[in-house]
Amino acid sequence: MSGAGQSSRRRLRGMVRKEWLQILRDPSSIAIAFVLPVVLLFLFGYGVSLDAKDIRLGLVVEHMDSQSRDLAGAFVRSRFFRPHYYRDIQSAEQDLTERRLDGIVWLRHDFSRRLEQPGGAAIGVRVNGTDANQARITSGYIQGVWFGWLEKYARAQGRELKTPVQLDHRVWFNAAVSSRYFLVPGLIAIIMTLIGSLLTSMVIAREWERGTMEAMMATPLRIPEVLAGKLIPYFALGMFGMLLTVALALWLFEVPLRGSFVALLGASALFMLVALAMGLLISIVAKNQFVAGQIAIIVTFLPAFILSGFIFDIGSMPAPIQVITHLVPARYFVAILQTLFLAGDIWPVILPNLGAMALMLLIFMAIIRRRAHKRIA
Amino acid sequence: MKALLQLLALVHKEFLALLRDPRSRLVLIGPPIIQLMVFGYAATFDLNDVPVAVHNADRGTLSRQLLARVEGSPAFHLVAEVASEEALRELIDERRAMLALSFDPNFSRDIEQGRSGRLQAILDGRNSNSALIALGYLRNILIDFNQTQSLRHGGPPLPAALKVRAWHNENMTSRWFIVPGIVGLLLLVVTLVVTALSIAREREAGTFDQLLVTPLHPWQILLGKSIPGLVIGLLEASFIILLAVAWFEVPLRGGLGALYLGIFLFLLSAVGVGLMISAISITQQQALLGAFLFLVPAVILSGFATPIANMPQVVQWLSYLDPLRYFLVIVRGVFLEGADAGLLIHQYWPMALIGGIALLAADWLARHRMY
Repeated sequence: MSGAGQSSRRRLRGMVRKEWLQILRDPSSIAIAFVLPVVLLFLFGYGVSLDAKDIRLGLVVEHMDSQSRDLAGAFVRSRFFRPHYYRDIQSAEQDLTERRLDGIVWLRHDFSRRLEQPGGAAIGVRVNGTDANQARITSGYIQGVWFGWLEKYARAQGRELKTPVQLDHRVWFNAAVSSRYFLVPGLIAIIMTLIGSLLTSMVIAREWERGTMEAMMATPLRIPEVLAGKLIPYFALGMFGMLLTVALALWLFEVPLRGSFVALLGASALFMLVALAMGLLISIVAKNQFVAGQIAIIVTFLPAFILSGFIFDIGSMPAPIQVITHLVPARYFVAILQTLFLAGDIWPVILPNLGAMALMLLIFMAIIRRRAHKRIA
Repeated sequence: MKALLQLLALVHKEFLALLRDPRSRLVLIGPPIIQLMVFGYAATFDLNDVPVAVHNADRGTLSRQLLARVEGSPAFHLVAEVASEEALRELIDERRAMLALSFDPNFSRDIEQGRSGRLQAILDGRNSNSALIALGYLRNILIDFNQTQSLRHGGPPLPAALKVRAWHNENMTSRWFIVPGIVGLLLLVVTLVVTALSIAREREAGTFDQLLVTPLHPWQILLGKSIPGLVIGLLEASFIILLAVAWFEVPLRGGLGALYLGIFLFLLSAVGVGLMISAISITQQQALLGAFLFLVPAVILSGFATPIANMPQVVQWLSYLDPLRYFLVIVRGVFLEGADAGLLIHQYWPMALIGGIALLAADWLARHRMY
């Protein structure tokens, strides 16, 4: 009995050694584990931001007097805008059409006079709604400047601006409302999905294609040993890549880690296994590298990008789509990462997601076990 | 004439290589359609079901009235009314609520006596974008509420009001922005799937050497490898655009000519880059890695989800190398703004340039990189 266990361990060790050699000889695996995460995190971390800055705002002031100058000045001083003055609305609208402006604030010639009249003055605002999210952010900032100016104006008139409800808001976990804090933890999940499935999606398909699978079948190796032998080296490689991205997130992008490192490591290891298993499954289903590569391109990146809650809020998706997002392993990891980094060890969020990942791993392994057999198709 | 026949034979062979394997066929046709449907619904920045938790210490009627307005808004949905601020904290922590509202005990009385009633809002910043959008929705409700209250208590109306108009997309529906973007994303993925592994596979199998010793001219080989990508891309593009208009009801305001010129040039550049990756790679694994090293940054830097204007200057320069960047301006311009080819000329030529250079590089690499 112990003899059998020992020889199994020896066979496994041999298999792991063979895989290591194969990894070391084709530098692309090393590149996947080390170069890919660094390049991606740099690009993502610097490239992906939802915080609008330098909004190109056209200020149309038809008649410059103390009130209109004061309001226009409030826009100039705001750190969100890069304003240009216009004398008439036509030339500003022309620039908005040709995408030289993101928005327009229009003060008509009778602006100051109407301020004193019962109906009040209407301030025309035009934004380019093509990018709806940016349009909303832009009009939000314009609203902020307008309201600040109203308060100042009321004070100058010797009365207080009456606002029946005074709103005091706080954004927890991310007081500066920086989108980088929100996006960088989620990025780790996307990068890990790519690395995990890229590493393993080709490996079994390659053995089939080159005929070495048949050679392995002739050895006493059992299927679980073949699978474990393939997973172990890639797991080690993937975890190195994982640590690299976490280090970059913490020290380069200065995202706070408010939860515990142990929880992060545990969740990452589990997710790495899920991602590797997904790659292995692709590899086994495809049987040749060409198809495996095609499937990997299609099922990994875009679903992890769009359906994981990394950038688009899952709660706002229609119910059937929310059901589909449960099939994307990155979804669970993104939820864990956002909570661990920004909020802390909140177990009611972490545990169900860990459980879901473990269940996915079991299902993947069960399918792999069923589909992988020592038989020549 | 002979050259044309040779080319046709090669194109025929390339199509067979692509479509003979039923799994490969499935991969080319199924996922783009499924992904358009799923992503089209999934990818939106509009919030429609923000879970709201409330702690209401106020006994008056005004907080009830305000809450009714919050609940009546399609964006919010009340999930819990709790007795303490502690409970609010827990709901936010566990992500069961994204927005928590806490009314001051004297909220109604303060307002009735002409002072300001205090309302505190706590937002979950783990998704900072959603937090900001939810705050914006809440502010709009408050501005309305304040106006009615002021008028009722005989206060003066606001001396100035904003009249906001969003061009091209009056209701600021982000789906109108995202769905045309998905057209670009899926086309890029499909073309890469068709081209990125094609030369690498022949290299690994050794058939590329055989191809090189046939009477085929190198440009014929390259053309033969490009045409399937272009044809499949054009067919899928037409189908996806049809779905975007007929199913998602995104308005198509511009002309098809300007759109198809953009699609053709975009496919040309994507095919060029795909073949270049394939020609550099020795193994299919390397080609797959190359495909991802191009695909992922191309999507991120294209302005698909996050505006290019928000990126640091250096990254913005880098995005000029990204064909998807130009294509997204074209699809969105034609769809929403009704742009014509003249307005888009500066988006067309960079794609043609990228495609031309990449194809030349692929040709050179295919002939000179041998093992």
